[in-house]
Amino acid sequence: MRHSTKLPLYITIATFLLAYALCIAEYPSMLSTRVVANLLTDNAFLGITAVGMTFVILSGGIDLSVGSVIAFTGVFLAVVLRDTHIHPLAAFVIVLLITTLFGAAMGLIIHYLEMPPFIVTLAGMFLMRGLAYVLSTDSVPIDHEFYGWLQSLYWKAPGGGRFRITGLLMVLTFAGAMLVLHRTRFGRNVYAIGGSAQTAQLMGVPCARTTVLIYAVSGGLAGLAGIVFSLYTSAGYSLAAVGTELDAIAAVVIGGTLLTGGSGFVAGTFFGIMIMGLIQTYIVFDGTLSSWWTKIVIGVLLFTFIMLQKGLAWVTTGRIPRASASAARS
Amino acid sequence: MQTDTRPVLHATGISKFFPGVIALDDVELALYPGEVHALLGENGAGKSTLIKCLTGAYGRDGGTITLDGQEIDPRDPLSSQEAGIGTVYQEVNLLPNLSVAENLFLGRQPRRFGMIDQRRMVRDARGILSEYGLEVDPARLLSSYSIAVQQIVAIARAVELSGKVLILDEPTASLDRDEVQLMFSVIRRLTARGLAVVFITHFLDQVQEICDRATILRNGRVVGTLKLAEASRTDIVTMMLGRQLEEVTRHPDRGVPGEVLLSLRGFGRRGAIEPFDMDLREGEVVGLAGLLGSGRSETCNAVFGADPADRGEARLRGAPLGLSNPRAAIRQRFALCPEDRKTDGIVGELSVRENIILSLQARQGWFRPLPRARIEAIAEHYVKALDIRLASLDTPIRLLSGGNQQKALLARWLATDPALLILDEPTRGIDVGAHAEIIALIERLRADGMALLVASSEMEELVAYSTRIVVLRDRRQVGELAGGEISPAAIVRAIAAEEGAAKEEVLA
Repeated sequence: MRHSTKLPLYITIATFLLAYALCIAEYPSMLSTRVVANLLTDNAFLGITAVGMTFVILSGGIDLSVGSVIAFTGVFLAVVLRDTHIHPLAAFVIVLLITTLFGAAMGLIIHYLEMPPFIVTLAGMFLMRGLAYVLSTDSVPIDHEFYGWLQSLYWKAPGGGRFRITGLLMVLTFAGAMLVLHRTRFGRNVYAIGGSAQTAQLMGVPCARTTVLIYAVSGGLAGLAGIVFSLYTSAGYSLAAVGTELDAIAAVVIGGTLLTGGSGFVAGTFFGIMIMGLIQTYIVFDGTLSSWWTKIVIGVLLFTFIMLQKGLAWVTTGRIPRASASAARS
Repeated sequence: MQTDTRPVLHATGISKFFPGVIALDDVELALYPGEVHALLGENGAGKSTLIKCLTGAYGRDGGTITLDGQEIDPRDPLSSQEAGIGTVYQEVNLLPNLSVAENLFLGRQPRRFGMIDQRRMVRDARGILSEYGLEVDPARLLSSYSIAVQQIVAIARAVELSGKVLILDEPTASLDRDEVQLMFSVIRRLTARGLAVVFITHFLDQVQEICDRATILRNGRVVGTLKLAEASRTDIVTMMLGRQLEEVTRHPDRGVPGEVLLSLRGFGRRGAIEPFDMDLREGEVVGLAGLLGSGRSETCNAVFGADPADRGEARLRGAPLGLSNPRAAIRQRFALCPEDRKTDGIVGELSVRENIILSLQARQGWFRPLPRARIEAIAEHYVKALDIRLASLDTPIRLLSGGNQQKALLARWLATDPALLILDEPTRGIDVGAHAEIIALIERLRADGMALLVASSEMEELVAYSTRIVVLRDRRQVGELAGGEISPAAIVRAIAAEEGAAKEEVLA
């Protein structure tokens, strides 16, 4: 029943298209490359984070540390670039190594100590936020010429939209994740563990390696999101990106991934991010609405999608075709 | 078909100890290529422990296992699988959220340029499954197919990975008759290819249909290995139960049963119990006899509405009655003491007093609490009447012995003054003294005019208190014994009787 797993994805895409159509109907100027380019740029760091979160949630886990990892990455980059003469590219490599290893360490604890991911990554969240404070409590500006050069890179589309390198990075991350999740053994093992860790173990899935890799991917992508965020804000601040983990989880769920794991698509997460970005854009265009409306709409959407998943599960379990015995006797 | 060749798997002297228990004692099992070998025994006989020792899920405390003449020492299910022993359990150990093809190939998917070759995987899966006579779309989710298909996919995976010995642990427990035939056709294809199959089930019909030889276990020991073509079903049942089937003295005074209280016609539930007819009269104990898995508990649950019947009709004193849930049954003053006391019966942390009044209070409605004095009176009455031994009524019920817990549960239902009392294994796991008291209580309730339906695996016990005994096999009623024809030997004969011959044999 292929369509039953893809149905949530289609519904998410349809929701996005419908919402966009409604926005255009009210503000025709929203149909422009400017809006599309800004959607990609403004949500790049959240999108990259949500890709990692999709891996984690597909495996039946959760990663609450990603917001703190983003803040730590930003502060780390700002402090390193201020106090040393290391090239930003080298700093990027170092910080990606740190965050990937940090994620892997959480995966090790989750697997070998059989601790709930919620608690382990909650501890990781406090740890990373604390480390960011240790590095600096103030917002540290970044004014390296390499940063300026990266920020000046864009492709100006007809209509005035500026597609920046960070947006491209997000799209590439999504494309890479799709390939990994659907076309590699590691990706299928993520789904297997999400279906049932015990059964996956019995079927020979290397659970330890897969779990560690999943959290390493999430940590590494959070680090990448931190780099993108520092490019976006040109600063590192230890109080930044508070609650980003929750936005990422919301995007994954709106994208149709089951919170219990085992079912969902990274493409859905992309449209989840786009829907959330679209709501914010609409509020900017309207000009009179409070930005808190974003939260309200996302809350309503989350409820709707959770109910939808329940409903779909209920409908599909009731209609299981039985094997025809005649086919078997042939 | 047994051949004269060497056994493909030979386990000798297998022993396994648990603290205070010898689970397996010097067990031997030999499997020949191309044979279906049944492993038989009642609950606790050691079947699953033996399987777990063979697959490495348990470390064994003694004995050797040779596979193809090579000694093996499986440490976990994966290593035994690699050695050549594949296992399929009753609850399918596959991933319902992945496609059929992925379940077949997980961990060894065909790859091209480092990426999984989906098209080839689906094509290969279709090829493999067609060898099993299964025409399904391998690209679809496993969960979109029935349990029978999932079982066969699990078998296909086990055979693809292992390919010497296949252990099937109650594979047919949740299948209906057509699906069982589908499963058997698959097993026959595999034995034709020279695989050795171990088949574990409680259904003796199926054993005689598909198996070549059987090893019978009792209390962790091998009672015997026999060729099924040369054994009668009575031999098998007697070996499994291992009882000296002497006649038990029956109480002569059975009284005269009263009016028909509940009349069931064509009553049944798909996959649980075949449709049956039954009349339950006041002042009568109807016993349900049969081996484990024969449908005793299923019958009890269907009558009580716990697993409601999906066909047939019920009439209470002639008036139509819906038994779609336990609340409807309780409203008609039915009561059920379930088989698994610990999970389905007692509320362990609550006091004995609270446990006793639970059903009465539930029937009355939670907004009309019973007065404290009445609760006290009821609880004290039953503690005295049933001789429940406890320190105080405030004792949490989990601290009581099994027999006293069972009596408190009986008190819970007796407090509701039931018209029909259904008891599922009322004497399981309780000591001898309490055992006799519960039997005496059943007698007393019958004499008072209550209708009782009692399922039990203890035949002597059923013989002692039943007015009539309904015999079940393979989830079907296969015979009924009444009055003078009730005896343990007659029950065994009825359980073992060949298809269709049950009633005649009993009457003869």
